[in-house]
Amino acid sequence: MSTANLDPTLNTHSAHAAEHEEEDHRMFGFIIFLLSESVIFLSFFVGYTVYKTNLTDWLPAGVEGLEVREPLINTIVLVSSSFVIYFAERFLRKDNLWGFRAFWLLTMAMGSFFLYGQAVEWMGLPFGFTDGVFGGTFYLLTGFHGLHVMTGVLLQGIMLGRSFLPNNYAGGEFGVAATSLFWHFVDVIWIILFILIYVWQ
Amino acid sequence: MSNASLDAIAAKSDQPFPGAPNNWRRFFSFSTDHKVIGIQYMVTAFVFFLIGGLLAMVMRGELITPEADLVDRTVYNALFTMHGTIMLFMWTFPMLNGLSNYLVPLMIGARDMAFPRLNAAAFWLVPVFGTLLMVSFFIPGGPSQSGWWAYPPVSLQNPTGNLINGQVLWLLAVALSGVSSIMGAVNFVTTIFRMRAPGMGWFRMPAFCWTVLSAQMIQLFGLPSLTAGAVMLLLDLTAGTSFFDPAKGGDPVLYQHFFWFYSHPAVYVIILPIFGTFSEVFPVYARKPLFGYRFVVVSSLIITVLSAMVWVHHMFASGTPSWMRMLFMFSTMLISVPTGVKVFAWVATVWGGKLRLDTPMLFALGGLVCFLFAGITGVMLGAVPFDIHVNNTYFVVGHFHYVIYGATVMGIYAAIYHWFPKMTGHMYYEGLGKLHFVLTFIGVNLNFFPMHPLGLMGMPRRVASYDPEFAYWNVIASLGGFLLGVSTLPFILNIVSSWVLGKRAPANPWNAIGLEWLIPSPPPVENFEEIPIVVSGPYGYGSDESLVANNPAGELISEHS
Repeated sequence: MSTANLDPTLNTHSAHAAEHEEEDHRMFGFIIFLLSESVIFLSFFVGYTVYKTNLTDWLPAGVEGLEVREPLINTIVLVSSSFVIYFAERFLRKDNLWGFRAFWLLTMAMGSFFLYGQAVEWMGLPFGFTDGVFGGTFYLLTGFHGLHVMTGVLLQGIMLGRSFLPNNYAGGEFGVAATSLFWHFVDVIWIILFILIYVWQ
Repeated sequence: MSNASLDAIAAKSDQPFPGAPNNWRRFFSFSTDHKVIGIQYMVTAFVFFLIGGLLAMVMRGELITPEADLVDRTVYNALFTMHGTIMLFMWTFPMLNGLSNYLVPLMIGARDMAFPRLNAAAFWLVPVFGTLLMVSFFIPGGPSQSGWWAYPPVSLQNPTGNLINGQVLWLLAVALSGVSSIMGAVNFVTTIFRMRAPGMGWFRMPAFCWTVLSAQMIQLFGLPSLTAGAVMLLLDLTAGTSFFDPAKGGDPVLYQHFFWFYSHPAVYVIILPIFGTFSEVFPVYARKPLFGYRFVVVSSLIITVLSAMVWVHHMFASGTPSWMRMLFMFSTMLISVPTGVKVFAWVATVWGGKLRLDTPMLFALGGLVCFLFAGITGVMLGAVPFDIHVNNTYFVVGHFHYVIYGATVMGIYAAIYHWFPKMTGHMYYEGLGKLHFVLTFIGVNLNFFPMHPLGLMGMPRRVASYDPEFAYWNVIASLGGFLLGVSTLPFILNIVSSWVLGKRAPANPWNAIGLEWLIPSPPPVENFEEIPIVVSGPYGYGSDESLVANNPAGELISEHS
């Protein structure tokens, strides 16, 4: 028996294998994380529903309700961006890097448009986040979701930048797949949020 | 296998190599080795255990006389708040995460956790939020005084008017603890799902791994609810929203729902790995297979599911409608069924076995007795009429201290002694271990049993002074509390001295069956020279079946020597 067996630096083969294993597990881990993250939104949604159905003076004084038209445009843009990012991923799988970049950039533009629309809506509202439970929950839900959209756009920016590194996306890319999944997640959350806040008034 | 070859292995591991067991500096580095991280978790948690214990002893010192004479009432409030918070978020969770971190990859035949860097990051958050919480002792106004539940509207009071106050630091620390726990949970679930050795099907996995899986799944669905509540409370406290402030139209009971939807299942996060420890320890020291293995492991999953449906039993006195009380009384009674299955299985495992009363077995048996007692008072508390009667009295405090000290801490001690030779490569001193057990067991019962009669007599919890008629039981409880403080001394002495000077431990000092016992003590950095190929289920005591088809230790321990 030699001491070499005990030296991990010489055991490069298994160390290498471990590194590859880690990559294989990333998507599994990321999906678990997203499932857990969705429970935060679920908690907020349940809280919103409980408040809305139980409180007698739900809307603050002088507030009639929420305008639906602009948020609906925002919703359409965000939901369609989910399809755009899907095509971007398909281009990447076919090794069409420029197609990927174009559609990826379009997704980012649509996400940014959503954030811009959200900001415009916030600035035009007659109530703030301290105006009763309604104001608090409205800004909490849209704000927390907005943070996720912003995270998504930032992640997309990083992935776009990485696409210019040579051979970076050869043989599948976890980052792109995870960002795309995250984007679909943010999208689904928004649909529920839109129904809860804007449709159900 | 002769002793000579094992000595040779022991001598070999004295050779210096990076990350070697005798290279103590790795414990202070950003190591990604799950074994190093496991020990980092455990030692850090134990330091916080001592701090939380000191706070408890100051409280017991206050309660030894009926008058509030030792500390100011506001200090007393801070003491019980910090005691509870430290013991849960900085002792039991990190301790059990450390234990699971060390053991799960070894037990399932993996070389490390699925995400080693994430694992290290999750650990290093523990000292960060621990420090954050400790800082609150030194800021104007002192630490949070609202109890570890932080119920509004009490937790929304901010007498100092500072933005950085005890409650805000408390919320930040709890939020960071949540981030760390989620990182850990993602890692554990991925590891157990994806990295089991070839041949290790679900029903060949040791019960400990099942309980870790069940516990970590609870973290994943439960913690986000606490995070949501904590974010809203933080906004109420700092930004002027009114989610939970009844004066401004908010609903304080909703916070209780958010809090308990996580914090009741959190009890199962704590107790499930202890169930796993019992399931590992009893077969080894009784020399019998775990009775009803499948029932035991499946009942862990049933507990995970049911744990999401019992939280309102903490709120029977919070104006909860009676249909809800009935429903949650029923679900609470229901969860005692899978728990009872486990208790019967352990008793049946020990029954008629060739018992070897080493320290781990003593602690496991002591823990089981305490758990049984706590289970009985738990079913009592689950009944609405009884709960309304003793709500917020010392009966509740006595009940959960039997769970958390009696069962959990004793279970943790059982695990530490049982795997100490594996983790350190040294044997502990049996005599000191037995002394530790005797002091702990007497201390637990002296300290926590008197709380039950006190609660039935009507003594409320969280008070610094009380009616002199309660003095008798309080004096006994305080003496028990000081004894528990003393009981940690032989443990610390034992661990430190045997880690440095103790006899070299062989690979398998207990003749236990399990992948972790097939490799040298302490295990090499990559755990297994060859990934084991598992060919039979765990706990094959009394059968000739081999656990693995190959020798996972490779040349480190040769099979035919």
